[in-house]
Amino acid sequence: MASLGSTRRSFAPWTDPNAKAYIRFDNVTKRFGDSVVVDNLSLTIYEREFFALLGASGCGKTTLLRMLGGFETPTSGRILLDGQDLAGVPPYRRPVNMMFQSYALFPHMTVEKNIAFGLKQEGMPKAEIAERVRQMLKLVKLEAYADRKPHQLSGGQRQRVALARSLAKRPKVLLLDEPLGALDKKLREETQFELMDLQQDLGLTFIVVTHDQEEAMTMADRIAIMDQGRVMQVATPAEIYEAPVSRFVADFVGSINLLEGTLLEAGRSGARIRDVSGAEFGVTDAGEGQVGQTVWLAVRPEKVRVTRQRPADVRNALEGEVWDIAYLGDMTVYNVKLDDGRLIKASSINSVRAVEDALTWHDRAWVSFAEDAGVVLVR
Amino acid sequence: MRKSRQPKGSWGRRFLIAVPYLWLFVFFLVPFFIVFRISLSQPAIAMPPYTPIFELDAGLSSFVQALKELSLDNYLFLLDDPLYVNAYLSSLLIAAVSTVFTLLVGYPVAYGMARAPTAIRPVLLMMVILPFWTSFLIRVYAWIGILKPEGLLNQFLLFLGVIDQPLVILNTTAAIIIGIVYSYLPFMVLPLYATLEKMDYALVEAAEDLGCTPLAAFWKITLPLSMPGVIAGSMLVFIPAVGEFVIPDLLGGSRTLMIGKTLWNEFFSNRDWPVSSAVAIVLLVVLVVPIAYFQRAQARARERGL
Repeated sequence: MASLGSTRRSFAPWTDPNAKAYIRFDNVTKRFGDSVVVDNLSLTIYEREFFALLGASGCGKTTLLRMLGGFETPTSGRILLDGQDLAGVPPYRRPVNMMFQSYALFPHMTVEKNIAFGLKQEGMPKAEIAERVRQMLKLVKLEAYADRKPHQLSGGQRQRVALARSLAKRPKVLLLDEPLGALDKKLREETQFELMDLQQDLGLTFIVVTHDQEEAMTMADRIAIMDQGRVMQVATPAEIYEAPVSRFVADFVGSINLLEGTLLEAGRSGARIRDVSGAEFGVTDAGEGQVGQTVWLAVRPEKVRVTRQRPADVRNALEGEVWDIAYLGDMTVYNVKLDDGRLIKASSINSVRAVEDALTWHDRAWVSFAEDAGVVLVR
Repeated sequence: MRKSRQPKGSWGRRFLIAVPYLWLFVFFLVPFFIVFRISLSQPAIAMPPYTPIFELDAGLSSFVQALKELSLDNYLFLLDDPLYVNAYLSSLLIAAVSTVFTLLVGYPVAYGMARAPTAIRPVLLMMVILPFWTSFLIRVYAWIGILKPEGLLNQFLLFLGVIDQPLVILNTTAAIIIGIVYSYLPFMVLPLYATLEKMDYALVEAAEDLGCTPLAAFWKITLPLSMPGVIAGSMLVFIPAVGEFVIPDLLGGSRTLMIGKTLWNEFFSNRDWPVSSAVAIVLLVVLVVPIAYFQRAQARARERGL
């Protein structure tokens, strides 16, 4: 999996067994009444990492963040920051700052006072506060808005003020709870890159909670996929996408074709799977699959080709009928209904403007994929 | 915005606006002028006990005549006799002190309610309103039983050994303040609860996140943001408390001086309707002028951006 590394090539402390953990969740459990929100979770985050907690709402990701911020107390387990156990440390003594989902800007204070708030609490001299606030305003490009009140700002500007305020104290770790959730799509994409640059330039550890997989994939060094209070997989975006460890993760991130079958043989030169319809697939790697076991072959739609004729050189091919076509401009998604009723999703880049003899609804077609296109999953 | 409004001349709209104005006209402005008219007349042993300055059915000439005979005697009399000035001042003082105590008691109650689990908030709200189901008079009477020398409170304190002599609370200013705080507490709690409940708790968390202790976060965030509720609650307590009659009459004894009681004496014991009317008018002016000024200042502040 050497090719599925970090987007920042030199930065991969998780591959180094001697790397020092910066933040550690040790068997952390959080219960609210009868419901277990975070379930015996362990997680290691490294210094200067951009880490994303990704999951559907109610998966416990925000609770995890709030426990790090000090707003919730773990029912059991412990949280360590730079070797120090955070148990009993109140929020106002933790070297972390949080950017709240609602931004939580103080409505009765100007932008300037909002940003200066944390510094005043520290008892920083006035001149220094003014200087730091000026820097922060410059950083988020809001110099002209220092005297405005939050209600006089647009959503994007408020988001910047919240960011500046949470960065003003130069925290060791910045926690971001759905930082871009309230912005529209265009602005969100721009801000993603700005956040990445900011994190790089300041050399801080960022932990971001999001339900938006694109956001997590774009920004994070590593992503933790969460479900029902548990971490399903922690890996780089590329690993998560190309080498998911379970059907849940494969299905959660992007779209996927899951072909159920039985592993017939697995060896050094590859493996064979017989799927439920009786067709046989060849794969290069059986993963954790044992011979005779029920496995799922997970293939991403963009790795599936749709053709009129069975391609001669490909072993893994199935025949069916074009059921649905979704033209998205940059690409086209085909849903091909196999003769046994299963739907296979395939997408192809529209690299030329017009295709002669293009596939259309109800055409007979073959879907095919290479032997190294899929991942064999046992969970 | 403009387009979504109703056309200007719509009858339904006019009617809707007219209702409160009509209400104020019939139940405030008309009685006000009746009282004002009496306050300008002279007392007399008659029925009603004053010489009317003008009659509505006597025509224009008598109206002009009446205007010439207008006298501010009753108002000058109020200034002359220190009794009235003292009564006004002591009323304002007692009302102010009571308002402060009501705020001190009401704020934690409202805060606790606003931070209570959502499911039990309606129950708590109900409990605040519940006392209204018993007559105000009866509830104030009940305090006599609690505060009198051999009353519940003294017996309890004697039993605990905190005191060895019954405290004299009844028939003092303290008793009046206790009565006012108790009676007007809901009027403080409800507007406070309304503002505190609306407040985003993330603001407090943000303050703590930025280095505030919980107490500092309260002073810097919660309290300033709940000021509209503090002001509304204080007004709702202070204004009626200044003119309060029942509480000082039942709990305050004969020595405490409050304007409501003075007015009552003037009206029923002395049968001096003109002077008591003047007392009422002055009370209204004393209250309305500063409040109107204050509200305008607030409105201006809001225009400037909160």
